[in-house]
Amino acid sequence: MPTPMMFIQAESVSREYRLGETVIRAVDAVSLNVEKGEFLALLGSSGSGKSTLLSMMAGLDRPTSGAIRVRERNLAELEADELARYRRETVGMVFQSFNLLPRMTLEENVELPLRLAEVDRHDRASRVGEALERVGLGARRRHRPSELSGGEQQRGALARALVNRPAILFADEPTGNLDSVNGEQILLLLREIQDSLGMTIIMVTHERPLAKKFANRIALLSDGKLVSDGVQR
Amino acid sequence: MKTRDLGELAARNLREAVLRNSLTTLGVAVGVASLVAMLSLGVGLQTLASQRLTRSGLFDAVFVTSQRNFRGPGQRRPTDSTPKQESRALDEDARQQLSKLSNVTEVYPQIRFITDVRYAGKSETTSVLGLPDSSRSSGAFEGMTGAYFSSPTANEAILQIEFAKVLTDQPPSLVGKDLTLRYAERAALSKDTDDEALLDSMMGSGTPGGISIVPREKTLRIIGVTESDPSAGIGGFGGARIYLPLKTAEQLHVAQPDDLQAFLSGNSAKPSYMALTVRVHSPKDVLQVEASIKQLGFATFSLLDATKSLRLVFTVFDLFLGLFGSLALTVASLGIINTLVMAILERRREIGILKALGATDRDVRSLFFAEAGAMGLFGGFFGVALGWLIGQALTWGTTIYLHKQNLPGVKISYVPWWLALGAIAFAIIVSLVAGLYPASRAARLNPVEALRYE
Repeated sequence: MPTPMMFIQAESVSREYRLGETVIRAVDAVSLNVEKGEFLALLGSSGSGKSTLLSMMAGLDRPTSGAIRVRERNLAELEADELARYRRETVGMVFQSFNLLPRMTLEENVELPLRLAEVDRHDRASRVGEALERVGLGARRRHRPSELSGGEQQRGALARALVNRPAILFADEPTGNLDSVNGEQILLLLREIQDSLGMTIIMVTHERPLAKKFANRIALLSDGKLVSDGVQR
Repeated sequence: MKTRDLGELAARNLREAVLRNSLTTLGVAVGVASLVAMLSLGVGLQTLASQRLTRSGLFDAVFVTSQRNFRGPGQRRPTDSTPKQESRALDEDARQQLSKLSNVTEVYPQIRFITDVRYAGKSETTSVLGLPDSSRSSGAFEGMTGAYFSSPTANEAILQIEFAKVLTDQPPSLVGKDLTLRYAERAALSKDTDDEALLDSMMGSGTPGGISIVPREKTLRIIGVTESDPSAGIGGFGGARIYLPLKTAEQLHVAQPDDLQAFLSGNSAKPSYMALTVRVHSPKDVLQVEASIKQLGFATFSLLDATKSLRLVFTVFDLFLGLFGSLALTVASLGIINTLVMAILERRREIGILKALGATDRDVRSLFFAEAGAMGLFGGFFGVALGWLIGQALTWGTTIYLHKQNLPGVKISYVPWWLALGAIAFAIIVSLVAGLYPASRAARLNPVEALRYE
C-alpha cells in the first residue's frame, strides 16, 4: 500500500520571541505532517502557539529553527519575494476579524488577490463572480464590508481566499467573531469546499465541538508543544 | 502588481483620505509656487534687462573715435611701449570703410547739437539728436503718440514729452504741426576767397581751405510725442528733446565742436566725425569687429564686459531666489513625509492584509511611492499655475505702480516652458524622495505584526 503524499511537513519547528532579556518560545519543536485534501484543526487554548504555527505554515512568518516543507520546498529558506509568491499562488487565508478592506466594495476586496497575481483583467470579473456565488454573496458584490453582517463578511473573506484557487486554505479562528449559527455555516462551507475542490484546509480554533464536527483530524497544542494528534471518524 | 492596478489602488487610497491628501498636495503646490514665482521673477527681470539692454544698443555696438581726437571712454593712456599707429581721420571715407567690415550692420555718427526752436511765436533753446533708422526697432518709441519717421530723410521731428509740455499744455495736439529750427551751418570756404587769405594771414601759416558758420532755418513737421527717453548713454542713441532722422540731421551740416579741431589740423575740407557708432549683428561679434577697427587705426570702446558681469549678477540672483523657493518646497516635502508616515500607522493593518494576500515588499513600496508621486505631480501642476498667477499679480501690481509714476508697464515675471516642466519634475522627485522612507518602512512591515494591529 503506497504511503500517502505528505503535502505539508513541519519538522521540529520552533518560534521564539524576545521580550527584553526574556525569550518566549511560542512554538516548541513541533513536528506535524498534513496530507493533501486533509481538513486539520489546530486546537488549543489562548497562547498555545496554534496561530503562530499556522502563520509559519502560511508563509507569513519564519521559524526560528526547524523546517516547514510544502511540496518539498522549505519555506524557511525562501526569499521574501518567493514567500510572497507562495502566499499569492498556493495559499488562501481567512482571519478571525475578516480583514476585508473597509474602503473597498466586496467585489473589489475579492478582486485584490487577482490584481496582486497579475491575472488578466478580462478573466477577473468571472472569477470574482464565481467565488462570490460559491459563498452565496453574488447579490452583495457592490456592498462595502460595513454594509454586511459578520457572517457575510466572513463569507466574503472566504470568497477572497478562494478566488486564486489555492491548494491550501488557512483559517485562523474563522468563527471567533461569529455567533454559533453563523459559525457553523462558515465551517459547513469550508467542508463543502474541501469536498468539492479537494482543498487542504488547516484551521485554528479553540472550539473543540466545532473541530470535532467538521475537521478530519485534530492536533492539540499546549504551551507551544504538540500534545496530541488524532484522526476523526 | 501591474502598473495600472497600482495606479488604481493609489488613486483609490488618495481619494479615500481626500482632505488630508489635498492639504498635503496643497503644501507641495505652495512650495512649488514659491519656487516658480521666485525663479520666474528672476527669469523675467533677466529677460527684461537683456531686452532693454540689447535694444538700447549698448552691447551690440562699438564706439569708434579717431586716435587723434582723444582717448575714448574706458581707454587707457597709451604707454611708451605702445607702437605708434598712424592716426586717421574719422571722416566719410572711414565711415564707408567701417560699414564694409564683416558682421557690421550699421555705422552712424552722433549728430547732436543745441539749437533754437520756434513754435507758435515762442522761442526755446534745446538739444537735437539725429536717430539712425535702427532706432525704430529699439522699443524706445513703443506707445508714443503719433508715428515714427515716415522715411530716413523725412523733414520730421519727434518731441520728447517734457519739451512738448514747454511748447503747449496739450502735447498730443502738437502732432501734425510745424516747428522751425534755427541752427549754425558749417560751410567750407573755397581757396580763392578773400576770407581764406584773411584767415591765412591771421593764422600765420599756409593752411589751405577754411570753414564758415552760417545761420540757417529748417521747418520740420512734428509727427510724434514720446514719453520715454531713448537715452542709452554711450554707444546708444543718447538723450535729447527733439529727434530727427539721422540723414536729415546730417544734411543740415550743423557746426559740431570737432569742426574747429578739423580746421586747425588742416582737414576742414572734408567733414569729420567726433565719433561713430558701429552696430554689429550680435554681441558675440563685438570683439572681432573691435579688433578689425583697431587695425584700421581707430580707437574703440564697447560694453561687452558689462554683459558678462550682468550674467554673473543674474546667475547669483537666480541662485538665491531658487534657494528661497526650495526652502518652501523642503517644508512641503516634510508635509509629504508626515502624511505618508501617518498613513502607514493608519494603514498598518491594510499593509498586513495586502502582504497576507501575496503582495511583495516591492508592491507595497510602489503603492506608497505612487501615492507620493501623484501628490508631487498634482502639487507640481497646481504649484506652477499658482506660481504663474503670483508672477502675473506681481507684474500687474508693478505696472499699476509704474503707470502712477508715468512710466510704461513692464513684464517682470516670465515662466518659460523649461521652468514649468522642471518645477513639475522637481516636485515629483522631491515627493518621491520624501516618500522613500515611509515606503521602505511600509514594505518592511512584518505581516503578522501588521495584522495584529488594531
